[in-house]
Amino acid sequence: MPVVLEHLGKRFGDGAPVLDDVNATIQQGEFVALLGASGCGKSTLLNILAGLDQPTSGALEVPSDGAAFMFQDSALFPWLTARGNIELALKLADKSGSLSKASRAARAGELLDLVHLGGAGDKRPHELSGGMRQRVALARALAQDRQLLLMDEPFAALDAITRDLLHDELERIWKETGRTIVFVTHNVREAVRLGQRVLLLSSRPGRVVAEWNVTEEHRTDAGRAGELTGTITRRLREEIRRHAN
Amino acid sequence: MPIEQETRLAEGEAAEQAQQSRHITSPSLKGNPDELRDLEAGLDKLQSDAHRKARIDWARIVLPIAALLVLILAWQFYVSLGFKRRDQVPGPLDVLGQFGSLWAEGKAQEAIWTSLQRGVIGFLISVAVATPVGLLLAQVQPLRRAFGPLISGLQVLPSVAWVPAAIIWFGLSDGTVYFVVLMGAIPSIINGLISGVDQIPPQYRSVGKVLGASRLQMALQIVLPAALPGYLGGLKQGWAFSWRSLMAAEIIAVGGTIGFGLGSLLDQGRTLSDMATVMSAILAILFVGILIELVVFAPIERRLLLRRGLLAGSTR
Repeated sequence: MPVVLEHLGKRFGDGAPVLDDVNATIQQGEFVALLGASGCGKSTLLNILAGLDQPTSGALEVPSDGAAFMFQDSALFPWLTARGNIELALKLADKSGSLSKASRAARAGELLDLVHLGGAGDKRPHELSGGMRQRVALARALAQDRQLLLMDEPFAALDAITRDLLHDELERIWKETGRTIVFVTHNVREAVRLGQRVLLLSSRPGRVVAEWNVTEEHRTDAGRAGELTGTITRRLREEIRRHAN
Repeated sequence: MPIEQETRLAEGEAAEQAQQSRHITSPSLKGNPDELRDLEAGLDKLQSDAHRKARIDWARIVLPIAALLVLILAWQFYVSLGFKRRDQVPGPLDVLGQFGSLWAEGKAQEAIWTSLQRGVIGFLISVAVATPVGLLLAQVQPLRRAFGPLISGLQVLPSVAWVPAAIIWFGLSDGTVYFVVLMGAIPSIINGLISGVDQIPPQYRSVGKVLGASRLQMALQIVLPAALPGYLGGLKQGWAFSWRSLMAAEIIAVGGTIGFGLGSLLDQGRTLSDMATVMSAILAILFVGILIELVVFAPIERRLLLRRGLLAGSTR
């Protein structure tokens, strides 16, 4: 089921609109990078997609079972172990109560293995590095077992090596699980690295002003990828400069 | 900047690149999956906390005992100066002797046991009442706005003020004592829980919502555990209020079917002008308080903070 945004608008109180006339369609299984400068309403848009916030105008079509969400900081619960965090997500997602405790534990183990953290399940969030915490958060998001996965700058606070690793890992998991992913970032290289399609959101009000397809050619030819990164960067800077005066 | 880097890469490694991997924007990481796994495992090991060994911290035991000894010596020194009559200001040894004879009579044990039992039962009832009420007030805005100020007010009201009312309602019975204890402890536990809930990072609720928690699940699985440090603070204060209120009630309400507690012992000492008994009772009250803190609350609190990684750098 695709995600469809039609003339979506959002304003807080009487203030200027944060989002205005946002139109986009995201196909099932697609990996879309949502790019924009800070303060362009990317997170607001994601919150609306997640059902954490309501649009003030326009129409929105999302899968009826909602979306899984991954936050910028891992937002793991500090009173639970890594495994406990995942098991809680499984428990809350399991409305009918059909999953037994043992099968929940087994599923949590599988998810930990998927993010290569099989040995760290009993650690608490504060004992893990930032990258490991984000991998647990990813496993927790996958535990929700929803088709749509929303990611709000999940790797922004990580060091470069860890981020590169997590890009590989996320790509692998996306291919293995076939999720629809909307990945919000302000990093052009990250957007080109991950997305099949890059949507550029303008600032104040936020609106989709440009989009690029990242083809297989861009993935295999570094020159082409560099070109695309350059084009998008120029367009993004143009968008930001508009606000100088 | 990104463009330059990419182009340079393209010139240098283009050929090798095409064969080796599809990933182009992370040139430093190209390699086979096993190498990546090792890299990841290496990072994980480097970046996560090394396990620290637990050992007995002698300073934690020696320092409080040393402080106690200093205070007792100062007390003895003051008494030996002889400013006051010995029966008005007894020395440490006099008090110890008096306590010893109270113990031999069985009076000390009876008083401590009676009071401790009441304090603990009253406190447990308070916890059972205050926890659901506090959670409800913290989670339901209209209720919070309606009753919040009243609860805060009740916490400020000294629970001794309830003693006369309680005697009129319940007579000189255990009912009076428990009523006063509950009126002291319940508001402070409720307030502790509410302030604990107020300090929860808003993101936890968002996570709970995204994970699909129902209202009840949100309250029990997310809000309550998240508020645990504040709640525990409320419990500690609730115990302190229970214990104080109990002493006040026992001192004021003597006789009837009310048993013989530490407060009663204190009052008996006053009636007999027996300062050594009064001091024994005061010290017994103090030591029960310290004992509960050391044996019950301190280990729970330490464990709670340690598990959440909140203990680093604290003076505990």
